[in-house]
Amino acid sequence: MNIIVCIKQVPNATNVQIDDETGRLKRDGVEAIINPYDEYAIEEGVRIKEKLGGKVIVVTMGPPQAENALREAIARGADEAILVSDKAFSGADTLATSYTLFCAIKTIGNYDIVICGKQASDGDTAQVGPETAEMLNIPHISYVKKIETIDDKSIRVERMMEDGYDLIESSVPVLLTVVKEINTPRVISLKGKMAARKAIIKTFDAKDIGADVRKIGPNGSPTQVVKIFTPVYRTGGEKFVGQPHEIAAALVKKLSDIGVI
Amino acid sequence: MANNIKVLYDKCVGCGICVSSCSFGAISLVEDSSHSKKLKLAFIDLNKCVYCGQCSQICKFNAIKIERDVLDVGVDTHLYNGVLVYAEQRHGEMATVVYELLNEGRKLADKLSTILSAVLIGDNIKSKAQDLINRGADRVYVCDDPIFVEFQDEPYAFVLSQLIEKEKPEIVLVGATNIGRSLAPRVAAKVRTGLTADCTSLEIDIQTRNLKQTRPAFGGNIMATILTPYHRPQMSTLRYRVFKEAKVEEGRNGELIDFKIDMQTLMNRTKFLGFIKDSSSVVNINDVDVIVAGGRGVGKIEGFKLLKELADILGGALGASRAAVDAGWIPYSHQIGQTGKTVAPKLYIACGISGQIQHTIGMRASDIIVSINKDPYCDMMQTATYALEGDMYEIVPNIIKEIKVLKCS
Repeated sequence: MNIIVCIKQVPNATNVQIDDETGRLKRDGVEAIINPYDEYAIEEGVRIKEKLGGKVIVVTMGPPQAENALREAIARGADEAILVSDKAFSGADTLATSYTLFCAIKTIGNYDIVICGKQASDGDTAQVGPETAEMLNIPHISYVKKIETIDDKSIRVERMMEDGYDLIESSVPVLLTVVKEINTPRVISLKGKMAARKAIIKTFDAKDIGADVRKIGPNGSPTQVVKIFTPVYRTGGEKFVGQPHEIAAALVKKLSDIGVI
Repeated sequence: MANNIKVLYDKCVGCGICVSSCSFGAISLVEDSSHSKKLKLAFIDLNKCVYCGQCSQICKFNAIKIERDVLDVGVDTHLYNGVLVYAEQRHGEMATVVYELLNEGRKLADKLSTILSAVLIGDNIKSKAQDLINRGADRVYVCDDPIFVEFQDEPYAFVLSQLIEKEKPEIVLVGATNIGRSLAPRVAAKVRTGLTADCTSLEIDIQTRNLKQTRPAFGGNIMATILTPYHRPQMSTLRYRVFKEAKVEEGRNGELIDFKIDMQTLMNRTKFLGFIKDSSSVVNINDVDVIVAGGRGVGKIEGFKLLKELADILGGALGASRAAVDAGWIPYSHQIGQTGKTVAPKLYIACGISGQIQHTIGMRASDIIVSINKDPYCDMMQTATYALEGDMYEIVPNIIKEIKVLKCS
């Protein structure tokens, strides 16, 4: 079984901030990591390989430094890694990114399963997986929390919903996007670390994957970010300070007065 | 051919407005040695520039020239008209987010002086159409067939994209539910247009008829406003419980259209085998008016028993921050925030929750927020409608007592 895992390198930024003076994202000194959801995608790919044989090829579109993310994926058990990198790709929105990954996956060719994380932690869109599947003309199943059965013809999975899960069967090839409930990624082994150090990372540019220049980067991106800003949600309200029984009574009176309780 | 951007140095005065306008940090002011007065002028780092055009628009001196490659534009935006809402149903029940989409869609349609349509895909579903009309739709397309009895991406995406290609709406709104976030991108790729995920605010630029879509990114730490200027339709998924629901107007007039598709060309390679309901979440915290939530500050599992008592007396449900869930004090189904649920009850009581953005993103749309915390300077205390400083183990029992008194009187 040939498994392709698509990953993204993202800023380790649960606290990304905008510089008030310049109005831009503060990127300096922010460490780059594998998108957390993609770690589950890699782990699931490796588990399928261990069960059924085959190989795991990990792919990322990104700048040259995204090679680090690919090496970590090798350390986590992937067999091969491909960096899809070209200046012409930068500034891509989800549609142009999906097109680029689609071209890369077609170039790799022979595959049975494509796995992506549910979404990336920087953009939070969850769009690249389904869009790539549509371009590849294969079915996709989002929010996969468990693979129940899998062989070279079909797969049965649990798709997480807000109030439970759907049981879905699909033909193979198929693209899955996975949620963190699906597994617990293994700790990187010493062997993995050595493999990562020795691994040869292949690089594909726009020409290598036969990409149409009108469909990549900003040209192939229907959406444009026109403004970014720090959200202001609430400015604060009334403060209650004093003895517990006093402020409790004051609050209940308040809530009762305005008709909430 | 590639994109090209350059600063016209005979026009640039080094005012620096472009520097602050650039979201990508690609512009800086650099001393221009060729200039007699040694002015600092704009310099664009092409390794960072994505050619978004923001700087060239904002420059008062027309000093930044941008030449774009031939864009992959296949549409004349004038051919597209109307707002279309995807009326998501599951197991024959309308998703409540649809009413929010209709409310927002109605506003956009009115601003654009156009019509609001909804599309309903399902089996034996026609009876739900009037509900959509009563909530503001002028027209409802119904695609009714046993094959659509349960949601599956391929057949549903097929219908929606066929409808878009035939009816050419300028805006398509989809709820950012698990279904919507899976279906919408498939459709956007089929019709080759832009899609903006999880919007929390929509506005119309009346001149261009462009939809200004604002959404959180980086887990809600920043907001971005996004346009789809040259493609149609402009597609957005909308975060649920952020927008108000459309009001019901009984017996409102609207048109019902049977949307027929060519079943021969319909592709379906997945099979829906069943739905298994999560039995652990007895109360759906999305549907209650009051939520009593606990965080790290609760400190122990027993604390949630106290909070449960308060929730019960208020007819509400228990919520939690990730810290409390990770500590094992309460199951994941109660988690609110970035990696949990998004809620917007009338009353949200946060106990021992400091208010990190990962949590507040899931509850900040609540009408009234009460915070109980020992630390008066934490974010939750600073932003709550009512902030009570002190120990929840002393305050909450008193609140329960007071409510009991109130109820008896």
